[in-house]
Amino acid sequence: MENMTGKVWILGDDIDTDIIIPTEYLAMKTIDDMKQYAFSPLRPELAGQIQKGDIIVAGKNFGCGSSREQAPEIIKALGIQCVIAKSFARIFFRNAINNGLLLIEQPNLYDDIKEGDTITVHMNKHVDYNSKEYPIAALPENLMRIIQAGGLVGAMRKLNGLD
Amino acid sequence: MGETIIEKIIRHNTGKSVKPGDIVTVNVDRVMIHDIFIPFVAEKFEEMGFSKLYDPEKVILIYDHLVPASQLDDTRHFRIGDAFAAKYGMPHVHRSDGICHQLMTEAGYVKPGDVVFGTDSHTTTYGCVGAFSSGIGYTEMASILGTGTMWIKVPETIKVVIEGELPANVMSKDIILRLIGDLGADGATYKTLEFFGSTVDNMSVASRMTMSNMAVEAGAKCALFTPDEKTARYCDIELNDYQKSLKGDADAVYVRTLTYRAEDFVPVMACPSQVDKIRDVSTLEGIPIDQVFIGSCTNGRLEDLAAAAEVLKGQKVADYVKLIVTPASRKIYKQAMDLGIMETLAEAGAIITHPGCGLCCGRTGGILSDGERVVATNNRNFLGRMGTSKVEIFLASPRTAAACAVAGKIVTPK
Repeated sequence: MENMTGKVWILGDDIDTDIIIPTEYLAMKTIDDMKQYAFSPLRPELAGQIQKGDIIVAGKNFGCGSSREQAPEIIKALGIQCVIAKSFARIFFRNAINNGLLLIEQPNLYDDIKEGDTITVHMNKHVDYNSKEYPIAALPENLMRIIQAGGLVGAMRKLNGLD
Repeated sequence: MGETIIEKIIRHNTGKSVKPGDIVTVNVDRVMIHDIFIPFVAEKFEEMGFSKLYDPEKVILIYDHLVPASQLDDTRHFRIGDAFAAKYGMPHVHRSDGICHQLMTEAGYVKPGDVVFGTDSHTTTYGCVGAFSSGIGYTEMASILGTGTMWIKVPETIKVVIEGELPANVMSKDIILRLIGDLGADGATYKTLEFFGSTVDNMSVASRMTMSNMAVEAGAKCALFTPDEKTARYCDIELNDYQKSLKGDADAVYVRTLTYRAEDFVPVMACPSQVDKIRDVSTLEGIPIDQVFIGSCTNGRLEDLAAAAEVLKGQKVADYVKLIVTPASRKIYKQAMDLGIMETLAEAGAIITHPGCGLCCGRTGGILSDGERVVATNNRNFLGRMGTSKVEIFLASPRTAAACAVAGKIVTPK
């Protein structure tokens, strides 16, 4: 995967799945119908402000709460390139990988960065911000394979000989 | 080297000894899909190119979040679910019997030592009978339906020891809330909780269920109790040698140990709007409330309704307070009727609803609006979960919730 540069939106600790997309919108037919309500309990205007290629930086336990997969799907549909957080909740982590949304754990960036600033992610190596390098771990190979197939659907289609 | 319960379950399942951090592929004994996610599972399953289920007998479909439909679009979920079940020959579909997590154990689908995944974060509930169960998303569910397998990372285990006798006004809900407060909302992320001690040995399976259910609020992958005679009776089985072996070994490696004295527990609440914001009820007394909800997969079981009825017997719900009671399943509803519990609740002024997820996810009746406060027995108090984002949700035990309903404000139960 190539390096990515983007403008940053900052969210706090424990951003839960009810904040990412409240239950009342989950029965809408498509992710595109739902995405305008992303983060609405916390920042109703945010979904309309996010531009394709932006990056979310957050605190600890991002994506905690329910198993709703619409959460990572909506973040991806809004055009977010990747989410960088101190840590991620378990189900959200799997769901994001399975939908081809890149997640990166980095313990210090969140404490230093300001909303609206620009960062560059060097895959599996480091994030550059303000002339400083923040190291990141490499993704395990089995997860990289899923991301490279565009998510688990792509990986399974390959398994079933469709692609 | 000794093993924790989760390490024994994974060894039995895969035929290989494992240690935390290993990535292994497990064979899945049961899966649960509920109404909100079935349309997405069905779509992804076919998009992946599968044409049959790995084993229709092992796939359970349960309608609970949207039953009965409150919005016109909801019925689409039932149509798609019914069509999927018919097309792939699924014998187990529950259309109005109660909440998924209650039914999975109550209807005998989950046994000690099983490996189970469900499209709901509170799938951790089945740890109450010693099963490794955890929540996943719909894409992953679709791939299990086709392959019968899933990759997992073997989790580290946190040991929780509780010894002694609980005070009369304390329920297992107060224990798990305290534990979540001590661990923090991410304190057990990717990890397993394993419970030890005389207090949990003496608990009913229903009380253990409350604790396994809420373990995910500390981020846990699963939360395991050692199967015992009570588990065997509840599951209506004789424990086999494998199931009897599901105890943490004395020389097993635990990443952390937390020890509690049962006598030290007091009634607590999770305050708005984080589940790990735990306060003693005694410090919150006098805060006025608008509604009380007793129900959910956390606390909608017979002993929960009985505890509420004990508090409410001969009492009246305070003016202006709506008390809504939702049994977790049809079976519990019937048992509570037979025992006169429903009569007591109704006479006290409770609104009793059909079994299901009810208010917990804010998708059926009973939602609140700006500035209102609710004391609720469910598992999440996130912003906007039970109405607008300006509703304050306090999570508590059924005993505390019932006492608050009578007082019209937050009070400590007797």
